[in-house]
Amino acid sequence: MSRAASALRAIDVSVLRDEVSRLLVEINCTIPPDILAALREAVTIEESPLGRRTLEQLVENYELTAAERVPVCQDSGLAVVFVETGQDVHWTGGDLREAIAAGIRQGTREGFLRWSVAGDPTRRLKMAGDEAPGVTHVELVPGNAVRLTVASKGFGAENMSALRMLVPADGVDGISRVVLQTVEEAGANACPPIIVGVGVGGTFETSALLAKKAVLRPLTERSARSDLQELERDLLARVNALGIGPQGFGGRVTALAVNIEVQPTHIAGLPVAVNLGCHSTRRATVEL
Amino acid sequence: MTLEGDPVALDCSNGWPPAAVERLTAGTAVEITGPVLTLRDASAARLARALEAGEAAPVALRGRVLYAVGPSPAKPGQVIGSAGPTTTARMARYLPALFEAGVRAVIGKGELHGPDMAAFTGPGALYFAAIGGLGALLARRVTAASVVAYEDLGAEAVFELYLERFPAVVVIDSGGRNLHQEARSSWRQRS
Repeated sequence: MSRAASALRAIDVSVLRDEVSRLLVEINCTIPPDILAALREAVTIEESPLGRRTLEQLVENYELTAAERVPVCQDSGLAVVFVETGQDVHWTGGDLREAIAAGIRQGTREGFLRWSVAGDPTRRLKMAGDEAPGVTHVELVPGNAVRLTVASKGFGAENMSALRMLVPADGVDGISRVVLQTVEEAGANACPPIIVGVGVGGTFETSALLAKKAVLRPLTERSARSDLQELERDLLARVNALGIGPQGFGGRVTALAVNIEVQPTHIAGLPVAVNLGCHSTRRATVEL
Repeated sequence: MTLEGDPVALDCSNGWPPAAVERLTAGTAVEITGPVLTLRDASAARLARALEAGEAAPVALRGRVLYAVGPSPAKPGQVIGSAGPTTTARMARYLPALFEAGVRAVIGKGELHGPDMAAFTGPGALYFAAIGGLGALLARRVTAASVVAYEDLGAEAVFELYLERFPAVVVIDSGGRNLHQEARSSWRQRS
């Protein structure tokens, strides 16, 4: 192996718990700076009077929540936590996933966030317990660093997401069709202006995970591949030509970005997942 | 469409319909003052089930306005936590029973088409959209909040909220117009 071996590093899971808790409160009160900047720019682009007034109020809401430390939206979402942990990290002091769950519970309580989890999806006997607070993805990476991403996913937009198993002959046109159909059907329900995360390739489940990563990618980062950059640009223009506009009130700004992530897939397949994010797509990433 | 200018003041503190109701068409911006009952997936289902079973609703619905919201918990000193609208379409299947029980208008967010829209135009109920994701600003327009039914449902309980100049837009009017439909056709760009 050419890579130098990194030293083994011990991290107590309580560090992770406290960081998850802190970030959960932080993201629910303070919208990411790239989204706020995009909304401010959207105000200057939007031609529809009702659309522009909507965007202005969104910006005002975000300024208020950051100053007063209150949740940007009553739907503080389902917490989605990504831990990219170096394979030379030794987690000590307890169960890693339980520490994340404890962090979510702690942050929800301390930040006055809404308990928005139904403990059992088919038997909704009780509201929002604290027994099953979030979704966690753990990935092993080389080295001894840890990258933690905490996101809060509101379900207005999550509900309008879609996954289609296309075939190779559908090609890029097919991908574009799925993206446009998904946004068109979502309309106002996804809380536009939205962020469109597209995951292409892999299997049924990994395309959806890729789409989630795409929707959480900062708006300032474009795809590393020039052809995909062009596709992102083209799809953003076509999405905005739909005329849905802020909150579906009509206008030029339906989406702030289309982010595409790809991975290899089977010669017979072309999975396409589209994960929609509302204008309050709350996320933050830190290194531990 | 009344897209510009001052919003129409709708004072329903003495019941529905408020004086200005005649002036409301799809796209009219309004500011609503008065009491409303909150609606969520769980509370709507339970209310509709009770009504369909011929039981009395735990709270009188005649002449009422519903607001689709599940607020976040109030911080010390707050009347209510963040309190923006949730997607109305999720509760649409329960609305006919609620309209039959006397509900006159719904505030929520998102689109209603086809049978969901017909549920409004049939009984002549109005649909208003507030801005989704405006939780903190809208909470400032709520001057009182108390649970009136189904307390066990937490944020999905039925709250009575008193609104003070609460901003919204008429989406479905009494003439059967739909703002979301019209907005798309007027702003869509053909390539």
